[in-house]
Amino acid sequence: MKILVCISHVPDTTSKINFVEGDTQFDTQGVQYIINPNDEFGLTRAMWFKEKNGASVDVINVGGPETEATLRKALAIGADNAIRVNTPAKEAIQVAKEIVSVIQQNQYDLIIAGRESIDYNGGMVPGMIAALTGMNYLNNCIGLEIDANLATAIREMDGGKETVTAPLPLVIGAQKGLVEESDLRIPNMRGIMMARKKPLTVMEPQEMSEQVTSVSFEKPAPKGDVKLIDPENIDELIALLHNEAKVI
Amino acid sequence: MSVVIYAESEKGQLKKIALELASYGKAIAAELQTELVAVTINCENNESLGEYGVDKVLTVEHQGAFNAQQYATIIAEAARSQSVAVAVVSSSADSRFLAPLLAIQLEAGYVSNVVATPISTSPFQVKRSVFTNKAFNISEINTEVKLIGLSKNAFGLHPHPTTATVSSFEASSNTSTMEVQSVDQASDSVTIADAEIVVSGGRGLKGPENWHLIENLASTLGAATACSKPVSDMGWRPHSEHVGQTGKPVASNLYIAIGVSGAIQHLAGINASKVKVVINSDPEAPFFKAADYGIVGDAFEVVPKMIEKFKAFQAENA
Repeated sequence: MKILVCISHVPDTTSKINFVEGDTQFDTQGVQYIINPNDEFGLTRAMWFKEKNGASVDVINVGGPETEATLRKALAIGADNAIRVNTPAKEAIQVAKEIVSVIQQNQYDLIIAGRESIDYNGGMVPGMIAALTGMNYLNNCIGLEIDANLATAIREMDGGKETVTAPLPLVIGAQKGLVEESDLRIPNMRGIMMARKKPLTVMEPQEMSEQVTSVSFEKPAPKGDVKLIDPENIDELIALLHNEAKVI
Repeated sequence: MSVVIYAESEKGQLKKIALELASYGKAIAAELQTELVAVTINCENNESLGEYGVDKVLTVEHQGAFNAQQYATIIAEAARSQSVAVAVVSSSADSRFLAPLLAIQLEAGYVSNVVATPISTSPFQVKRSVFTNKAFNISEINTEVKLIGLSKNAFGLHPHPTTATVSSFEASSNTSTMEVQSVDQASDSVTIADAEIVVSGGRGLKGPENWHLIENLASTLGAATACSKPVSDMGWRPHSEHVGQTGKPVASNLYIAIGVSGAIQHLAGINASKVKVVINSDPEAPFFKAADYGIVGDAFEVVPKMIEKFKAFQAENA
């Protein structure tokens, strides 16, 4: 079985979010980058298939050279090969098309991508890959078993979950629950040393027109101070929620 | 030319977000001086969409369970039959699942998490939330057909009575090799996605045995229950209740956090909620900086009092 895990290179969850160049670019100054958490849940599940079924695991990122440290981390966790498509990731459809062109050269059985990246939150790439390749697709995946050519997956829905079977090839949108937080792996020294020798292939991008372009960024208006209420005076809270906030 | 919304229903009845979508779609249709068309699947009360400005409803009968690929194909066919210019879907789990498939089928530039009506329609620019509600991005859609994913609770309900003509739409058959084997859906409790009020508990509650406080307050308010990341990581509550950056987003009218310190990842996930109330014994808890109303106090004393007072308030206002 051949698995491809799509890796987004995203600011750490505690990063300060600021913009530069007339609020048109994200300010990367002092920002630590990580594997997108939803992708990492997927990568960890892929490691399980590697160890149990002998699956091979490739990781891919669409981005500039600065994302290679993040790909090396995925290799240190245990992926076999890394691919970087050498172009800045501008929009979901562009990223999906670049990944699809790699998929078409490599016959993967399972494509794993996080349900969304924690930077732009689009939630589009796995679905677009599925639509462009005609593969089956399951989003919000919180369970995945594969027996021969048949996947049994669990999808989290609003207010419940469902179990779905799908023949491979399959694309899933991964999230927490696919593996537990405690299953995530911190690369050890041996993994880090080995990762240095694993192949990281750089591919050149395709030409394509932009469907959606970023114009500018804004930060939310600053919030007013909290109104503190005496714990002995819950009536005041209720009055405020009813008359001022009008939410009850 | 038309504006087309996918109006979701559950057990044959329109969901509230379908009416919010209609309100939003009407605003765009008015701006573009065009018709507003709704596509519904297995829905019985289609006429209600007219109350929110829908001119035409295309109803589709679909056999079997929800299937994102089949639904996307149905919506794409129906939308194309109306010469769609702008298509709009909600931010429900199902709609976020099918929207990227729909975007490819319609060759539409797709922007999700949109928080307001377009800034301009020529060029077509919309505002969306990014960095898990820590910022906004203005995006320009350059394709002929545009697809918008509307954030929950971003626009609200705006009645605009119209008489909607309802007709059935025959979608071409499309088969799937995916099969739903079983569905496990809570029928009695409010979901975080649909809730107007969410009551959330954190480590300050000291253990799962104390969750009756959260549950009682939630049931008093008709609210959904939620929890912080450490609480779900420790297994006190199921993952499906974890709200925050890597959990579920919350965009309710009222969010009540009890014993939640307010880590930046948690705040990001709940930031789209309109009004935030925090109850925490630690006055230094970061949540107080993000909240609208706060009580510095012991949850074990404050919450029972809140339940009692809310009940009295409801009895008075019933």
